Amino acid sequence: MIIASNVSKKFGKLKALDNVSVTCNKGECIALIGPNGSGKTTLIKTILGMVVCDNGFITFNEKNILHDWQYRANIGYMPQIGRYPENMSIGQILDMMKDIRGKSNQTLDEDLVQQFKLNELLGKRMRTLSGGTRQKVSAALAFLFNPEVLILDEPTAGLDPVASEILKEKIIAEKTKGKLILITSHILSELDDLVTQVIYMQDGKLCFHKDIAALRADTGQEKLSKAIASVMLKMTS
Amino acid sequence: MKKIVKYVIIDILRNKIMLAYTAFLLLISLSIFNLEDNSAKGLLSLLNIILIVVPLVSILFSAIYVYNSAEFLELLASQPLKRRTLWLSIFSGVASSLALAFFVGAGIPILLYEATATGFMMLGIGMVLSVIFVAIAMLATVKIRDKAKGIGVAILLWLYFSLLFDGLVMFLLFQFADYPLEKAMVGVSILNPIDLGRILILLKMDISALMGYTGAIFKNYFGTASGLLISAFVLLLWIVMPLWLSVRKFNRKDL
Repeated sequence: MIIASNVSKKFGKLKALDNVSVTCNKGECIALIGPNGSGKTTLIKTILGMVVCDNGFITFNEKNILHDWQYRANIGYMPQIGRYPENMSIGQILDMMKDIRGKSNQTLDEDLVQQFKLNELLGKRMRTLSGGTRQKVSAALAFLFNPEVLILDEPTAGLDPVASEILKEKIIAEKTKGKLILITSHILSELDDLVTQVIYMQDGKLCFHKDIAALRADTGQEKLSKAIASVMLKMTS
Repeated sequence: MKKIVKYVIIDILRNKIMLAYTAFLLLISLSIFNLEDNSAKGLLSLLNIILIVVPLVSILFSAIYVYNSAEFLELLASQPLKRRTLWLSIFSGVASSLALAFFVGAGIPILLYEATATGFMMLGIGMVLSVIFVAIAMLATVKIRDKAKGIGVAILLWLYFSLLFDGLVMFLLFQFADYPLEKAMVGVSILNPIDLGRILILLKMDISALMGYTGAIFKNYFGTASGLLISAFVLLLWIVMPLWLSVRKFNRKDL
């Protein structure tokens, strides 16, 4: 579904992405893991067309994404930090997104809006919201239009345990519907029951892209966090 | 595109700085018109204040607004929208709100006290200057990533257009005082939208005689219908050029 071929990107001297090739297919739930500054967010941004890569290309459903913008109608993106115009209310943000993306025959997926109880906060201005509530708005927006692909950048950072549990259940529900889900997170323990594949990045390079079962078999560790730790140890030694 | 513009305007119109700006303009213009018994004289005093304040607020407000919307721009860029549509929507939203603020704050008093050709000219120039400086700010913000640096550059640009440019022109005038520079002055004046606006309004006020021989030349060039048309075109160019450059840059920018 999404194929990146030899993608490289430099920011000045820093190689943010170094010859990265990935293939992501429907029904997969992929965890993007790596230390800070390893290029996870940059990879996501190149897929979304927010960063234009220097070399290589990315295709979405066999179409090159360069100079294309319509393909983004199939992607729901939840950014790492969601900041919105200060004086807009939650209701206005939701309305605006519906105006931009909504098609008349489309059924909206308002599960998260209801479960996060955003309906009760519709009149609240964005600047009065806490970081967690803003994060809830971002999550609700990502899922709202039933996209085929979900890209979640640190989705549970800043969410309270109840909310992050709701979000996790929603992610699992979407996965069983056969959607492609890309997640970056540093909290490996909560990825355990979500992901089917792991992509590990370091210094802009893609170290490995493995099925989680294969990873468990290779390392002999049941927990994802321990498995990744043993891989990291192996790499440094 | 209309969809985003609508929400940007809703957001800005509730902004406190915007409300304060409108109130300030309203207060200044009402008090000036009430202090002077001759409202034409009031217009002249108002002119000087407007030519300083309007560009400053326009360029600073829009620069700060765009920087503060960085994450929001990112989110919108991840939606099925063309980059150009997105950027032009933000521009239209900011520009129309600033023009509206000027219209409410200074335009209504002008229309009440001095609804003459001069008054209308001033109203038009004020609104066009607002839009021009939004376009310049958009260019500065798209070129410079760092917020503090970008706002600094915006202030410097304002300083250049309202003070330094005039200083440079004066310097050149004194250096080349032996040569007939009157005609060249016409050419130089189109390099600065604020000066062009000032000249257009002053000529409408029929006090160009005060500017001596240069004033007469200006009157010859800008006073005619074709001169007016050309200056309108130049002002339009001052909007289109920075905007076009910024769109080109934004299309390829890494967010």
